[in-house]
Amino acid sequence: MAVVLSIKGLVKAYRPGVPVLKGIDLDFEERGLTAIIGSSGTGKSTLVRSVNRLVNPTEGSILFKGQELSRIEGKALREARRRIGMVFQEYNLVERLTVMENLLTGRLGYVGLFDAWLRRFPADDVAYAFRLLDVIGLAGFANQRADSLSGGQRQRVGIARALMQRPEILLADEPTSSLDPKTSVEIMELLKFQGIDHNIPVLVNIHDVDLARRFADRIIGMTGGTVVFDGPPEQLSDDHLKLIYGGEGWLQ
Amino acid sequence: MSMVAAKSPPSGGDPPFHSSWQARIIALLVLVYAVYALGQLDFSFDRFVKGLDSGAHFLARMFPPSYKNWDQLLTGFIESMEIAVLATFFGVLISLPIAVLGARNLMPGWATWPARLIVTLCRAFNPVITAIIFIKAVGFGALAGVLALIVASIGFVGKLFMEAIEEISMKQIEAVRATGAPFMSVVIYSVLPQVMGRLVGFCSYQLDSNLRNSTMVGIVGAGGIGGVLFAAFQRFEYDFVLAILITIIAVVLAGELASNHVKRIFRV
Repeated sequence: MAVVLSIKGLVKAYRPGVPVLKGIDLDFEERGLTAIIGSSGTGKSTLVRSVNRLVNPTEGSILFKGQELSRIEGKALREARRRIGMVFQEYNLVERLTVMENLLTGRLGYVGLFDAWLRRFPADDVAYAFRLLDVIGLAGFANQRADSLSGGQRQRVGIARALMQRPEILLADEPTSSLDPKTSVEIMELLKFQGIDHNIPVLVNIHDVDLARRFADRIIGMTGGTVVFDGPPEQLSDDHLKLIYGGEGWLQ
Repeated sequence: MSMVAAKSPPSGGDPPFHSSWQARIIALLVLVYAVYALGQLDFSFDRFVKGLDSGAHFLARMFPPSYKNWDQLLTGFIESMEIAVLATFFGVLISLPIAVLGARNLMPGWATWPARLIVTLCRAFNPVITAIIFIKAVGFGALAGVLALIVASIGFVGKLFMEAIEEISMKQIEAVRATGAPFMSVVIYSVLPQVMGRLVGFCSYQLDSNLRNSTMVGIVGAGGIGGVLFAAFQRFEYDFVLAILITIIAVVLAGELASNHVKRIFRV
């Protein structure tokens, strides 16, 4: 398979001299779900957010389908972001907008300002939004306000919003951390199978090792801003987990 | 034994309540100045009693209120209403972009400080003073009143709206930004929905306030019911003055009811 996303020597220091990411080198292929595991504060979020530049890298290169993303600004950055879908830990829906309006925010990069303001979206965007509502099991919720939904429903809408972009890659930053175990599994299933259906790679930051093992095709373990494990879930041993998370009492 | 325990606090030293000697000195200074100012302005009990006397005379001449000049009253009120509505509409319209420019969570420093300066300048003067300035600039009449109240509206709505934008959730902004939406679309789809409810509240409050202020700017010649009121005072038509005052109260109350209704429609 071809490499679509290639990260080289990625360094991010929020304060000079205190890097959170210490030179990350990773390649991602055009399919499959990759889970990034590691303890809190180890740079997982920073890594994922560097890809769509919600975080600006200090050094290094991010090559996405031949385009260098690490230094672009303005229009070029917005056009690159249109191709990258993102799902957030706290769903980040616009609470006072309806489910349909939230979905259509995924098309704002393509629709002119006044058309967007007057809610005049192309008919096939609206049709696609209704189809996605069926897919995520929220048919009939189009006109509900986002703040009336439960956590699991909100995250489904969050995923649908990202899919509305017809993205070429899907990023998910701790998508299950605010959800109960059953809902977490459903959300991971949705991410996994939508990735397969749309033929795009999915990058998921996740705390839960079992969920990562169950759904990932590839696991990346991070500790202290560096990658310490990279391989298929079968190869992830307890020794690796001790290295990633430190200590061992929690494994018993 | 118990006497000793009561006298020495258990943790030793610190009294449980602080009494600051600075606060006491300031309170004393305020009191001294108040007494001094009272003496300077020559308020005597005699003067007060005499004042009460003419007050009673004035009140007596107000009753019963007279509506015989109702046509003047009506024209004045229609003009005041027009001044208030126009000033609120344009004031809010201009406040919106200024508030977005001034919000420190959306804009860099070079945009926020000029926007904040404009808002501060608009708040610097009472509408009556601004009205006098505009009367000198554009002449007597309603236009000066509208302009003066637009300035006041920018100062008030602009500031409140700016603060409302600074309190919104950045997570919702971040998500819309991450879709590649241009800045103005982010404002329409993520900033405005989060502040719309409060904006409706500010607008209805400002309309209410402009209605009251429009009666005031009329006194200096900037159109509206204020001019009629001032003329009535000068002609000693106190019964007509009372009629105007009663109508102002009724209109302000009606405005209050209307704004409550509007808020309910917008589900604020």
